[in-house]
Amino acid sequence: MHVRKSLVMLLYLVFILVPIYWLINMSLKSNQEILGGLTLWPVAPTLDNYRVIFTEPSWYTSYLNSLTYVSMNMAISLLVALPAAYAFSRYRFLGDKHMFFWLLTNRMAPPAVFLLPFFQLYSAVGLFDTPIAVALAHCLFNVPLAVWILEGFMSGVPKEIDETAYIDGYSFPRFFVFIFIPMIRPGIGVTAFFCFMFSWVELLLARTLTSVDAKPIVAQMTRTVSASGIDWGVLAAAGVVALLPGIAVIYFVRNHVAKGFALGRV
Amino acid sequence: MSLQLEDVTLKVRGETYIDEANLQLDSGSFNVLLGHTLAGKTTLMRLMAGLDTPSRGRVWLGGRDMTDVPVRQRNVSMVYQQFINYPTLSVFDNIASPLKQAKVARAEIQRRVEETAHMLGIDHLLGRFPQALSGGQQQRTAMARALVKDADLVLFDEPLVNLDYKLRESLRVEMRKLFASRDTLAVYATTEPAEALALGGTTVLLKEGRIVQSGPSGEVYRQPCNMEAASLFGEPPINLLAAEIAGGECRIGRQRLPLPAAWQRLAEGHYRLGVRPHHVSLAPLATGEALCLPVQVRVAEIGGSETFLHMTHDEIDLVAHLGGIHELAVDQALEIHLPCAEMFVFEPGGELLLSPALPATAARA
Repeated sequence: MHVRKSLVMLLYLVFILVPIYWLINMSLKSNQEILGGLTLWPVAPTLDNYRVIFTEPSWYTSYLNSLTYVSMNMAISLLVALPAAYAFSRYRFLGDKHMFFWLLTNRMAPPAVFLLPFFQLYSAVGLFDTPIAVALAHCLFNVPLAVWILEGFMSGVPKEIDETAYIDGYSFPRFFVFIFIPMIRPGIGVTAFFCFMFSWVELLLARTLTSVDAKPIVAQMTRTVSASGIDWGVLAAAGVVALLPGIAVIYFVRNHVAKGFALGRV
Repeated sequence: MSLQLEDVTLKVRGETYIDEANLQLDSGSFNVLLGHTLAGKTTLMRLMAGLDTPSRGRVWLGGRDMTDVPVRQRNVSMVYQQFINYPTLSVFDNIASPLKQAKVARAEIQRRVEETAHMLGIDHLLGRFPQALSGGQQQRTAMARALVKDADLVLFDEPLVNLDYKLRESLRVEMRKLFASRDTLAVYATTEPAEALALGGTTVLLKEGRIVQSGPSGEVYRQPCNMEAASLFGEPPINLLAAEIAGGECRIGRQRLPLPAAWQRLAEGHYRLGVRPHHVSLAPLATGEALCLPVQVRVAEIGGSETFLHMTHDEIDLVAHLGGIHELAVDQALEIHLPCAEMFVFEPGGELLLSPALPATAARA
């Protein structure tokens, strides 16, 4: 029984790791080898593909563009969601429950719905093709999620802690920054992770709202068809590099991420 | 600093939580709020602290009207039933936090935190974090934080409830010592009558948001102002029997008993008799008059060296707290003796007419 269980797990792991292995495998091959025939590992390993990524400005700036708008989005989402979540978790006001639910329904709309209004609006106000344009557009999806996750974590903190702080003489801002935020640090990490996850992989809005100056990596990867055909090796290397920030981020929140999937309500 | 509540009322969405509380607590006194769960003990404390504002009435602290002063600007402290500490701060920083907010000099903070921690026996834990402490140590930390700042008013909201029995006893003894030497006004909420008596000081009886009676603990216990007060202050609660005095006899249910001499002055009519469980006796009394009632045993709870006997007489539930072990079978018929000298007599409306400590002169004309 035990052996059979481990076998199933092993097969599953192999199954999900095959595409990732194949990506890495491709990124270390030359285009001739990729197109030449099936080889399970690089026969003539080469780092040329990676060299292209890190030396050609169109590649590395697109990484920087992506990282820029993702960081902006995480910062804006957290700054907006922290006070909102605190209000939802601590105060009762007219229509609070409806509003809270309405926030989440924002995520039900497909991003494509907002393409046209965003494109027109940003063109009109001169934000088109800037990282902040993408960051703000992503806020529409990330702020509600951030509020939901943070509210769950905040409601796990007894309100007596808030009161004790006031009794001790803390002002609200001091309490919020020096006592409350450190207490929900895992929640903030998880929220940042979820914002990152959406913003980093989102293609449609990011591609539509940018053209040259703020072109994100996901857009760059879809535009590599040249006169000489598709550059498979470089594309694979770009894919591997695109995985790295995600790995780094999930490493920091690995212990809390399950609670985040339950919107902080475990 | 003295605390005075004047017609303090709290209504939330049409529901009354506190109903016209009037109370005067003196500087340096130790006061116990006694009442069942949901009696309004916590609500009353929150009103005293300024965490909630009364819908009506005033709160005076040291002669100043503090009703609308926010809690941050009052010099109060509070210990909750749950162990509330800042989990991200060490024990030292937890205790020091009110002093830091008050901008006390660093050396002074160090001295006072160490002194308070020593008093509560947690001076060896100052470097640890609250999660690394046991429940008792966590609550001591919370108490140290409440005591370190020399507040005018210290509120304890059932601080010992979540602790184990042994720890509760020892902390209770320490509390009395801590406050004997201080001139802080302390208010302590509890559901346990025994705790109120053990802590001494003043007892305020609360029921359904009303203050039933307040006064020195022993006095309130010996002379409850009415039936409510008598049944609140006692565990197990006082036994209450409906009685009628007529034609020179005392009628309890179908039982007709000769009228005891002490009650001769009482006018004919209906009364309620109260007798505390530990005065109920299975054997006839050696001296003094007693009422003798036939009862049926319901259950006998046997502790180490005492027995709680639950019985019924004519569908009236009675409890006896007996010394020693009495093995009694269910449905066994018994006679119990209720000493008249230890009985309370209430009017049907609940007001006290006679108490064991009071001579019969207070009888109604």
